[in-house]
Amino acid sequence: MKPFTTVTGLVAPMDRSNVDTDMIIPKQFLKSIKRSGFGPNLFDEVRYLDEGQPGMDNSKRPLNPDFELNKPRYAGAQVLLARKNFGCGSSREHAPWALEDYGFRAIIAPSFADIFYNNCFKNGLLPIVLPDDVVDRLFNAVASTEGYKLTIDLENQQVVTPEGDVFEFEVNAFRKHCLINGLDDIGLTLQNADAIRTYETRREQETPWVFGHIR
Amino acid sequence: MAGKTLYDKLWDAHKVSEREDGTALIYIDRHLLHEVTSPQAFEGLRLAGRKPWRLDTNLATPDHNVSTDLAERQAGVAGIRDEISRIQVTTLDDNCTAFGVREFSMNDINQGIVHVVGPEQGATLPGMTIVCGDSHTSTHGAMGSLAFGIGTSEVEHVLATQCLIQRKMKNMRIRVEGDLAPGITAKDVVLYIIGQIGTAGGTGYAIEFAGSALRSLSMEGRMTVCNMAIEAGARAGMVAVDETTIEYFKGRPFAPKGEMWDRAADYWRTLVSDEDATFDKEVVLQAADIEPQVSWGTSPEMVAGVSGKVPNPSNVADEDSRKGVVRALEYMGLQADQPIESIRLDRVFIGSCTNSRIEDLRAAAAVVKGHSVASSVKQAMVVPGSGLVKQQAEAEGLDAIFRAAGFQWREPGCSMCLAMNADKLGQGEHCASTSNRNFEGRQGFGGRTHLVSPAMAAAAAIKGHFVDIRAWQEGAA
Repeated sequence: MKPFTTVTGLVAPMDRSNVDTDMIIPKQFLKSIKRSGFGPNLFDEVRYLDEGQPGMDNSKRPLNPDFELNKPRYAGAQVLLARKNFGCGSSREHAPWALEDYGFRAIIAPSFADIFYNNCFKNGLLPIVLPDDVVDRLFNAVASTEGYKLTIDLENQQVVTPEGDVFEFEVNAFRKHCLINGLDDIGLTLQNADAIRTYETRREQETPWVFGHIR
Repeated sequence: MAGKTLYDKLWDAHKVSEREDGTALIYIDRHLLHEVTSPQAFEGLRLAGRKPWRLDTNLATPDHNVSTDLAERQAGVAGIRDEISRIQVTTLDDNCTAFGVREFSMNDINQGIVHVVGPEQGATLPGMTIVCGDSHTSTHGAMGSLAFGIGTSEVEHVLATQCLIQRKMKNMRIRVEGDLAPGITAKDVVLYIIGQIGTAGGTGYAIEFAGSALRSLSMEGRMTVCNMAIEAGARAGMVAVDETTIEYFKGRPFAPKGEMWDRAADYWRTLVSDEDATFDKEVVLQAADIEPQVSWGTSPEMVAGVSGKVPNPSNVADEDSRKGVVRALEYMGLQADQPIESIRLDRVFIGSCTNSRIEDLRAAAAVVKGHSVASSVKQAMVVPGSGLVKQQAEAEGLDAIFRAAGFQWREPGCSMCLAMNADKLGQGEHCASTSNRNFEGRQGFGGRTHLVSPAMAAAAAIKGHFVDIRAWQEGAA
């Protein structure tokens, strides 16, 4: 996982509430057995005018000119500005894989769906919750200022605007630690192997029917 | 000390250790796997040289992109026409063999949608923690368990450690009180709930569904309700254990037997919220207010009673919501103030982890019996949730009723719920669907989904447009 410390990146807007993970990456691309290569199909159904299929040459497909990410001014964006309940629906981790593969490092929204929010942290992608009025201000700033960039400082938990405004955000300490250091949390959990075994021994006496029956 | 909620009890029973940052290491009793969200997790284990922590906790079955066509199924995995689907199903088979995970493979009679198979086999039981790389894992909460969907990284984490790092959710209780009128099903109840609290109403919460209307539901009905907890934003939905729960598991293949059964049942009976338990949020709804529900938009909260109308954006005060309604009506090709009953259907889909159990098929068949699918409907299909559901339905003659009416009778799988296989909507087509999501493009590029109960879908197939199933049952339709 790519470590995340401080990112200063171009901001692209996605001005729509309840963006679901089906919209972020449609199901036909979930047939892949890999973790990478989903970026060209990020937001496929609103990004292109035709129906996308795996294996197509995406560079030859007709782009939807009204879709924000297709506008030259947002090329190379690293921060996605979104609305409430971003990432709702399916648990597919292909959604953060696609966002990360496209080049996004952070998403700012007033709220996120729970499973999507969790999945982001496993993939070097930082979801940031900011209040509605702040998100509104940022949408206005992005619309009125071409090349609008934000600095995201994870260590200090701050979003800094070009004008010098600072917005603080919350993040769980363990997730922050893993993201800053690019750590795999499986290795960290396995440091608790003894506690897990102790639990299993006790629980197997209390509820033996739970153990050892799918063979 | 205040009493505990059902969720508190399940959480406490599975806590391996608490961590300084307020999260906890939670032990996972049952892990279900399917072909779409597991390949990268097995690959991760391989790359790190790790083995599954325990084998006997995992159960796998391919469901998302298997064909539901009999001829294609009979040709086996090698006969799957879509090459990348074939690779994915083959990869699940190979991974299960290589790692030693128990799998119900594609043509095993026990195969089916993972959330139908788990309870049916007694592989998911009351009191367990249950996870799967699929958001509809909330289904299993119907039996008084803590069940929630996870991403692929967490699938790998569970395989490797049998645990997950979790932050405790808040407690919400939704009570539906009173008797459900004839024709009102679990699906109508849950769609109504989502319409009331919204698609993010349960975000951050574990929801306990309670009240006399919920108590009156069968296990199948409770599964339908909990299945769609995620559509209200809650990762986990649950219903307290009662005798309906315990009766359901008697004799299931993986359920405990003999003396062990008695011990288990005694424990399961403790899985209820204490009288003096407190909830962070409580919602009380009246069963009498619920009529058959139909979704008109592109989010599960966009629902109306069948006697109602498609909303008019000019009546929506909140700007953000109004924009959502305008956009949804445009995508759905509907007019403001159009009566719900005037919506005409091109296809009808009865299936999915929400509504493909035997009770659902019985309800649909009871409506269909003696009628024919309207000539304006291009396709009406029934996709049983598992091989065992299909076998049971055939033993009861339900397949014959459906076929005689012009329905297609298919092989088990997720099918048109998410259209990963060949079962999908064409652009602009309207579908009465018993599934769980009406998102843009969910059932096919440009497809228009209307979420309904099995009986409502069946009646819509016969009439070619939505009709009030309550009138049907009174013999007036």
